[in-house]
Amino acid sequence: MTEPSRLPTDWKAAAVQRRTRRRYAAERRFRLLGLAAVWLSAGFLMFLLASMLWQGASGFRQTRVALPIDLAAARLAVTPAQLSGRGADLALAGAGLEGTVDAAATRAFGAQGADLLSDGAWLVVRDAIERNPALLQSRTTIDVPVDSAIDVAAKHDGTPAAEAIVARLTARGALSTGWNLGFLAAADSTDPTRVGIWGALKGSLLTMLVTIALAFPIGVLAALYLEEYAPRNRWTDVIEVSINNLAAVPSIIFGLLGLAVFLGTLHLPRSAPLVGGLTLALMTMPVIVIAGRNAIKAVPPSIRDAALAVGASPVQVVFDHVLPLALPGILTGTIIGMARALGETAPLLMIGMRAFIAAPPSRLVDPATVLPVQIFLWSDDIDRGFVEKTSAAIIVLLVFLLAMNGLAIYLRNRFETRW
Amino acid sequence: MSALALVLVVFGLALIGWLVARMRAATFRKPGVARFTALPVHYGYFVAICALVPALLFLAVWSLTSPALVTDAVIATPAAAALPPAGFERASILSEARALAAGRSHGAFHDLSVRLAPAYAAAQIRYDWIATAVALLLAFAGGGFAFTRVRPDFGARTQVERIVMLLLLAASLIAILTTIGIVASLLYESARFFRIVPIGEFLFGTHWSPQVIDARDPGASLGAVPLFWGTFFIGAVIAMAVAIPFGLMSAIYLTQYAHATTRRWMKPVLEMLAGVPTVVYGYFAALTVAPAVRELGLAVGIANASSESALAAGAVMGIMIIPFVSSMADDSIAAVPASMRDGSLAMGATQSETIRKVILPAALPGVVGGILLAVSRAIGETMIVVMAASGVATLTANPFASTTTVTKQIVDLLTGEAEFDSAKTLAAFALGLTLFVITLALNVVALSVVKRYREAYD
Repeated sequence: MTEPSRLPTDWKAAAVQRRTRRRYAAERRFRLLGLAAVWLSAGFLMFLLASMLWQGASGFRQTRVALPIDLAAARLAVTPAQLSGRGADLALAGAGLEGTVDAAATRAFGAQGADLLSDGAWLVVRDAIERNPALLQSRTTIDVPVDSAIDVAAKHDGTPAAEAIVARLTARGALSTGWNLGFLAAADSTDPTRVGIWGALKGSLLTMLVTIALAFPIGVLAALYLEEYAPRNRWTDVIEVSINNLAAVPSIIFGLLGLAVFLGTLHLPRSAPLVGGLTLALMTMPVIVIAGRNAIKAVPPSIRDAALAVGASPVQVVFDHVLPLALPGILTGTIIGMARALGETAPLLMIGMRAFIAAPPSRLVDPATVLPVQIFLWSDDIDRGFVEKTSAAIIVLLVFLLAMNGLAIYLRNRFETRW
Repeated sequence: MSALALVLVVFGLALIGWLVARMRAATFRKPGVARFTALPVHYGYFVAICALVPALLFLAVWSLTSPALVTDAVIATPAAAALPPAGFERASILSEARALAAGRSHGAFHDLSVRLAPAYAAAQIRYDWIATAVALLLAFAGGGFAFTRVRPDFGARTQVERIVMLLLLAASLIAILTTIGIVASLLYESARFFRIVPIGEFLFGTHWSPQVIDARDPGASLGAVPLFWGTFFIGAVIAMAVAIPFGLMSAIYLTQYAHATTRRWMKPVLEMLAGVPTVVYGYFAALTVAPAVRELGLAVGIANASSESALAAGAVMGIMIIPFVSSMADDSIAAVPASMRDGSLAMGATQSETIRKVILPAALPGVVGGILLAVSRAIGETMIVVMAASGVATLTANPFASTTTVTKQIVDLLTGEAEFDSAKTLAAFALGLTLFVITLALNVVALSVVKRYREAYD
C-alpha cells in the first residue's frame, strides 16, 4: 500500500507568511481589546469619582461677605448676665438681632443688601457675640455667609444678576471663602447655605445600629446551625434555599415587605430608624449567613476532632473553638454587608424615610432620614445651590464606605489564618 | 419606670443570678469527686436564662397589648362618655390625648383630648406599675426556682445546651420567616389588587397611566406591558450591551493575558464599581450622562431625544453590572481544565484562537449563568432608573426616547400622596410580585446552569 506522499510545509511561502501575519495581527487586536476593556472600566470608576470630587469639593467651602455692623448704635436689649447663661441664644434672638443684621446689610450694600446674606447670617453674628460679649459695645466687621445664589455665582457660573453682585463685592474686596463647618454639623434645610449632613448621618448611624444588632447575632447563629448542627433533610434544604434566594432578591422588595409588615401590620412609626434598621437587617442577614458559613467551613475538622477528643460537648466545640477561629472571616463579611446596607436607598424610600427632617433624630422612633436618601432628596431639588451639596454628601458617603471596606481588608489580612 | 430601665433591671437580676449560681456551683468541686456533668458557668447560665426568658417574654407580649388595655381603661372613665362613636374623629382624639399624656405634644386640637389626658396618664402609670411588678416577680421566681436546682447531680450543661440549640434553630428559621413574609405580603396585597383589576388586563394591557385612573374601569389604565418592555429594554438590552463586552473582555484579559501584579491590582478596582452605592450612579446618570446622551441624540438627528432617555439609565446600569459579569466569567474560565488549553496551544493555535475557540465554548454555560444573574440584578435595580429614567410609560425601541421600568413605577406609586389601599398603591405590590417572580426564576435557572456545568468538569 502506498501512502500519498505529503510535502513538508513550506514555512517561507508567501501565503503561509501572510496567514501567519494575519493571525498574529488578530492576536494583537484581541489582546488590545481586552486591555482596553479593563482600562475603560477602571476609567469609568475614575471618571465617576473624579467628577464627584470636582463638583463636591466646593460644597465644603462657603463664600462670606465682610459685613460692617455697629452693634453699639443698635443698642440691643440684652444684659451681659443673659449672655453667659444657657438662654443666650434666645435672649439675642428676642432682642431683635436678626433685624439689626439686616439693617446693617442694607446700610452697607444698598437697598437689596439684606437679600445678599444667607438666612443663617445672623446666627454667625450671634455666635460671635456669645464668644465675645464686648462686641456689643463696638463697631466691628464680621464675615457672614452669603445667599445661595451669590454663593453659586462666586464658585461657578450663576445668574447674570448674581454675577454682577459678585463682581461688585469682589471689587470692594468684601468677599472671602472659608470652611463650611455647618455642613458637617447641621441637618436638612430649605436654604442650601444652611444645610448639613449631620442629621442624615445620625439617622444612618441609628439605622445601622439596629441593623447590626439584629443581623449580626441572627446571621452568625444561623450560619453556625446550618454549618455545624443541621441534619441533612428537607427542612435544612428549605432553609438553605430561602437564604440563598433572599441574597438575590432585589432590595426594593424588602422595602415592600417593610411597608406591608412593619408599617401596615405592626403599625410601627413611619420614617423611623427602627423600621429602616429592621428592613435592612432582613436584607443584610443572608449576606452575613453566607459569609459566616464560608468562614466556618474554612476551620479545619482537626480542630473539632481535637476538642471532642478531650471531652468537649458539641456546643462547647463550636462556641469555644470554631467560632473564635472563624470570627475574623465572619466580621469581614459582616462589614461588607453593612457597607452595602449603608449605601442602600430604595427600601428606605418605601418605608417613608424620604420626609424633610430638619432636626437630627435622637431616638430610634424619631422621624429620620439616612445619608443615601438625603443625597437622593437633594439631587431632586431644583435650587442650584444643592448641586455641590449633593456631591459633597456623596463624598462623605464614599469616605465612610471606603473606610469600612478598608477595615474589612485589614481584618482579613491581619487576623485570617490560613490552614 | 421606663421600659428600658425595666429591661436593664431584669438583666441586672439575671447577672446577679449568674454570679451567685456560679459561686455556689464552684463549691461543689471537692477533691473526692472526679467527674462533673457541668461546669460552674453552666449553672450560672441556667439561672440567668430562667430569670431572663419569662420576664422578657412577658414584657414583649405586654408592649403589644398594653396600649389597648390603657385605651380601654380610659374609655371606661366618665369623661370618655362624650367621645364620638367609632370613627376617624374618635381615633384622632384618643391619639392626641395619648400624646398629651406622654408629654410628646403640648397643643391640642380637640378640647376633649385635653380632658382625657389626665385619665390617660393615670391609666398609663397604673399599668406601668403592674408591668414592673409582674416582670420583677417573674424574674425572681424564675431565678429562684432555677437556684433551688443548683445541685451537683443536676445536669445544668445539658439544659443550657438544649436552649442554645433552640436558639440556633430559631435564628435559622428567621430566613424562612422572611421569605414567607415577602411572599405572603406580596400575594395578599396583589390578591386585593387583582380583585379590582383582572389579572389579564394587568399583565397584557398596553396602556399605563396611573395618574388618571378611571374609577369605573381601573384596569384600562393599569396595563403593565409598557413597564415590562421598558424594564427588559433598559436592564436586559442596553445594560447588557455595555456590561457583557466590558465584563467578558476584562475577565479574559485578567485571567489569560495580564501579569499577576496587574491582576492583583485591577481586580479589586473593577470590583469597586459594584461597591459604589446605586444612588451615586443615579446622580451621575441624571446629572452627567443624561444631558450628554441627549446632545448625542440631537447631534445624530433624533429630534425627540429625551433628557430622561433609556440609554443614559441603561448605560450607567451596565457600568455598575460590569463586575458581576466579569467575576462570574472569571470563575468559569478558571474552571476550564488546563489540559484543554494546553492541547489547543500545542496544536499551534494562537492564544486568542485558543480563547475564542476552546476556552470560551467550554466556559459558556458558566458565562451564560453569570449573565442571567446580572440581568436579574439589573432589572431589580431601582435608584438609577428612579433618578435617570422617565415616569412616562411608552412602548418604544428608540434608546433616546424616554421609557420607564417596574421598579421606577413602584417607587412613584408608593411615594405619592395616595391612601394605602387604593388601586394605585396595590398596583405597586402587584408589580413587586411580578418582579420577585421574574428575578427568582432567573436566579434559579442561572444557578442550575452553573451547577450542571461545574459537575461536568469536576
